[in-house]
Amino acid sequence: MSAVTAEHEHDEHHDHGPEKGLLRWIITTNHKDIGTLYLLFALAMFFVGGAMALVIRAELFEPGMQFVSPQFFNSMTTMHALVMVFGAVMPAFVGFANWQIPLMIGAPDMALPRMNNMSFWMLVGGILLLASTLFMEGGAPASGWTLYPPLVLQTGAALPFAIFAVHMLGISSIMGAINIIATIFNMRAPKMTLMKMPLFVWTWLITAFLLIAIMPVFAGAVTMLLTDRFFDTSFFNAAGGGDPVLYQHIFWFFGHPEVYVMILPTFGVASTIIPVFARKPLFGYSSMVYATAAIAFLSFIVWAHHMFTVGMPIAGELYFMYATMLIAIPTGVKIFNWTATMWQGSMTFETPMLFSIAFVVLFTLGGFTGLMMALAPVDFQYHDTYFIVAHFHYTLVPASIFILMAGGYFWLPKWTGNMYDEKLAKFHFWLSAISVNILFFPQHFLGLAGMPRRIPDYAVQFADWNMVSSIGAFIFGFSQLLFLYIVIKTIKGGTGEKVSDEVWEDAHKHGLEWTLPSPVPYHTFATPPEKIPTEHF
Amino acid sequence: MMSTQGAYYIPHKATWPIAATIGLMTLLAGFANYLNGNAAGSTFMLIGLSIFIIMIGGWFTLQATESETGMYNKGVGISYRMAMMWFIFSEIMFFAVFFGTLWYTRNLSVDWLASVGDGPGRSSGMLWPSFESVWPTNGPGNVGGEYEPMGAFGLPLLNTLILLTSGVTCTWAHHGLIEKNRSQLIKGLAATVILGFIFVAFQAIEYQEAYHEMGLTLGSGIYGSTFFMLTGFHGFHVCVGAIILTVVLFRSSKGHFTPENHFAFEAAAWYWHFVDVVWLGLFIFVYMM
Amino acid sequence: MKTKQLFASLLLMAYGLGTAQADYTLNLMEGVTSISKDVYGLHMLVLWVCVFIGIVVFGAMFYSIYFHRKSRGYQASNFHESTKVEILWTIIPTVILILLAIPATKVMLEMDDVQDSEMTIKVTGWQWKWEYEYLDSGIRFFSSLDEASNKARQLNSGIDPRTVPNYLLNVDKPLVVPINTKIRFLFTAADVIHSWWVPDLGWKKDTIPGFINEAWTSVEKAGTYRGQCTELCGKDHGFMPIVVIAMEKADYAAWVAEQKSAAVEAASAAEKDWTQEDLIAQGEKVYANNCASCHMADGAGIAGTFPAVSNSPVVLGDMNAQVELMLNGKGMMPAFGQMLDPVDFAAVATFIRNGLGNAVGDSIQPAAIKSLQAAIPEVVYDDDDE
Repeated sequence: MSAVTAEHEHDEHHDHGPEKGLLRWIITTNHKDIGTLYLLFALAMFFVGGAMALVIRAELFEPGMQFVSPQFFNSMTTMHALVMVFGAVMPAFVGFANWQIPLMIGAPDMALPRMNNMSFWMLVGGILLLASTLFMEGGAPASGWTLYPPLVLQTGAALPFAIFAVHMLGISSIMGAINIIATIFNMRAPKMTLMKMPLFVWTWLITAFLLIAIMPVFAGAVTMLLTDRFFDTSFFNAAGGGDPVLYQHIFWFFGHPEVYVMILPTFGVASTIIPVFARKPLFGYSSMVYATAAIAFLSFIVWAHHMFTVGMPIAGELYFMYATMLIAIPTGVKIFNWTATMWQGSMTFETPMLFSIAFVVLFTLGGFTGLMMALAPVDFQYHDTYFIVAHFHYTLVPASIFILMAGGYFWLPKWTGNMYDEKLAKFHFWLSAISVNILFFPQHFLGLAGMPRRIPDYAVQFADWNMVSSIGAFIFGFSQLLFLYIVIKTIKGGTGEKVSDEVWEDAHKHGLEWTLPSPVPYHTFATPPEKIPTEHF
Repeated sequence: MMSTQGAYYIPHKATWPIAATIGLMTLLAGFANYLNGNAAGSTFMLIGLSIFIIMIGGWFTLQATESETGMYNKGVGISYRMAMMWFIFSEIMFFAVFFGTLWYTRNLSVDWLASVGDGPGRSSGMLWPSFESVWPTNGPGNVGGEYEPMGAFGLPLLNTLILLTSGVTCTWAHHGLIEKNRSQLIKGLAATVILGFIFVAFQAIEYQEAYHEMGLTLGSGIYGSTFFMLTGFHGFHVCVGAIILTVVLFRSSKGHFTPENHFAFEAAAWYWHFVDVVWLGLFIFVYMM
Repeated sequence: MKTKQLFASLLLMAYGLGTAQADYTLNLMEGVTSISKDVYGLHMLVLWVCVFIGIVVFGAMFYSIYFHRKSRGYQASNFHESTKVEILWTIIPTVILILLAIPATKVMLEMDDVQDSEMTIKVTGWQWKWEYEYLDSGIRFFSSLDEASNKARQLNSGIDPRTVPNYLLNVDKPLVVPINTKIRFLFTAADVIHSWWVPDLGWKKDTIPGFINEAWTSVEKAGTYRGQCTELCGKDHGFMPIVVIAMEKADYAAWVAEQKSAAVEAASAAEKDWTQEDLIAQGEKVYANNCASCHMADGAGIAGTFPAVSNSPVVLGDMNAQVELMLNGKGMMPAFGQMLDPVDFAAVATFIRNGLGNAVGDSIQPAAIKSLQAAIPEVVYDDDDE
């Protein structure tokens, strides 16, 4: 039996290149193709979600209502979040996972290639369903991405479409996560033991567990919204014995791990990039792994810190406050470890490193405000103001998004064999790093001064900082077109200089992917590699 | 890791996933339109469902053929088993939501509405002065009108015995497969499938009774909502499990599966046991307590 | 004008500080209650802790970035593990966290303690206004965005918000409370979840339909304090401000007396016969404040979301059906039965039939509305569990 398979294998892998034409992308099972699809889709959605953010910031540029109706404004805040979370950040990291995990662990492909293809197309289907609501009677959902009842039940024709979109996105994420777990557990090169895996692989393994545990929870919650609206159930209706707050508990049981789904792979990429440019092994590899696991565990038991003002029994308030504060410990360990990795390194500052350092600094700022909000009594002031908007954007934009950029610059030369334009890329970095702070830092002030979130218009004392923030938003938004240009240029040939196999100086010490030729061949590791980079562990 | 990893089968194209997506999207968009009162919705649902069923048939046939022609080595089998395990875990989480809902409403929100306990319970009862915390309840608004709660010791108990027995017959069939006793395999599977469908039929009778004689509907406040949501989703999973087992039965009768290579059988059996265990939870928390 | 502001904010960016607006702040406000001051203290404490940690961590990082760079010829070390250091930077943060948790717990317990309150105010969130009910004195009224702000905030209104005093932070009828009195608030909602926040009081609380949340305050200083709804509650979420006026106890007593006599007057107004003209004149104002945000000022509604009032079959049909719809609501249409007093209700019902392009010609008297309202089952408050 195995002889037959081996022969088959031979045909498959050594003689078979990609399909011709557009069909290649529809029916592909190649992890690199699917990774590319995910990344391009995420990039497109990044601009769609970004355009929505600019509608928001344009309306908030000045007090008074200038451009859109309040209802449409609410649709924009809702859709911006949903598109960015489910269409941009998550798929981008899945794209990295698809490209990098098999390369990093020495596997020929993902464990379940056909399902891999399905994960991607289900994602597209889900986002299409979601986007279709923009053109519906009554408009797109306008109740915030959290879809709280009873407000969300007032949504027009869009409601069932948004709910089914969540179902499809859930199917996509669960299948993607299962694939990643099976790949990591089952496809590693013989010498690649668990504690020798690159941290990016580790963080994705843990993220995949989170996804499998939480996406069904979200699916269940929105299913109850559907039945409450269309089938007379009373889950979130007090008159029938239900409770609108129950939805919030379920949502945040999903929602808190969900935000870690976006940040854990971020940690992984940063832990991969920083040692390369510090020319030093990652400090505290095993403590990084344990810290990631600890953060993932904690994410399941802190959800109600999103709901301190909702009216919980005092024991609940206190418990969730203490549990939330604990997150600072493993997160701190990570930040200290990255700092220690840089310490006494021999650093150079290519664009991936610049974005990574900006990530460490600005994510730490987001972490500080996180700690502040963990204190329940103070959160009674911060909650649902621009302070929280500033907080989570700091943990998502100059953290997750910056690291996605860093990863893009870091691996694109490997994937394409072409070098990006370093000068332009550095310009892109500085534009982004400065404008992102102009955009989000003033929002701390706005929140503290009393400006609630999700409002289309505000009192005049908030005018100045809103204007500053909007200016930052437009600079940041348009700077990203530069990123698009650099990426396209790199794919099309870059600077013309062909990159070496290891691309970055001594990168081969840091990971298996740098031992492969550049650009990476269509099929890699048909036989598992004999040696793995060990000197760093 | 795997000594035979070099022979791990990697398909080079997949035509069914895109069909799955188109089918599911059509089905869901159709359903959404139907819910919004669009007459065309149900047509689209049918089209989507047909595409989806054809896809399932096609994809599973492809997998079965590949498996029977020996294209899957041990490594592939391990991947499939992991995938099934984690899929079942995600299903457990899905049911956990509804069990959690039952727990929360029963122990917290119904109490609070009757001004029992701390937090919102300190004064919410003011809004509902005559409401008392009892279970089952359709809430202080008497939503859905008078109803009779579902007892545990009629059909539900019988159904528990049926499902437990089907678990035993399923394991017996597995033993048959491992001991190369094909007739035991087929008999065991047939018995499991038949018991599964009897369970579903009894469940249907129970629902009939609830709706037409007891006044208990999905709209009977939180009790009706949790009761039908939990038992309904479980019933749906029993149907799916029984259909999978039917396919496995059909394949067994065609001589598929060997003691070493029978992932489809194992997956179906795991799924069936999962459905079994969920039912036990239901019987205890929904019917008995 | 715009370029000038743009320039001003660019300057702000450059200097990080500015005084363009009078009551402009960068930090949390200290507030006027003991709780708000405790909260402010906690906020400053944790802020300084963060600043301190930030200085240490960023200091080390930037030192390293400056000195340990390849361009300076720095040779990389190869250390990559130290259990001692790892333990150290696990324990130190833990200790800091414990030190933060202790005062936080104290404030939390204090906030939660609604015992021994001297009066109780029930706050109900509606789309998009607040209802206040003084359970001890029976005073009850609605509070919504003031007219000037409401006009200015319409899309392309042409009114510069800077010319509107307290733009979006002003209401037609503020909540009045006595100072130095422990007031218990009960929060609930009529439709969707809202959240009641006055920063100077030091907290916000969500209003959940069907449930009651509690909070308390005791204002130490007389004054006017403004806040807003902080839970997204639909399209006009940004337009349901809160204004609290805290008065000396004697002033408050006078205010209560005034409210009570006004209530008596309103009751007698509801008894008398109104002319159609008076009803229409009154109804026009009521419509602007209560109906126009959905059905639009000209009654055209918003296609697909909010039905038109002009030429609406409901309005042109039987008056009883129209009144019944207004009383009990339907879908997104709130039940105005409890929201409007009989005079306003009759006035707006009459106005709709004879204005906005409709000309049915009939009218309804407040007295008739009053008897209809009486038939709505009222919620009983038995306050015996305290």
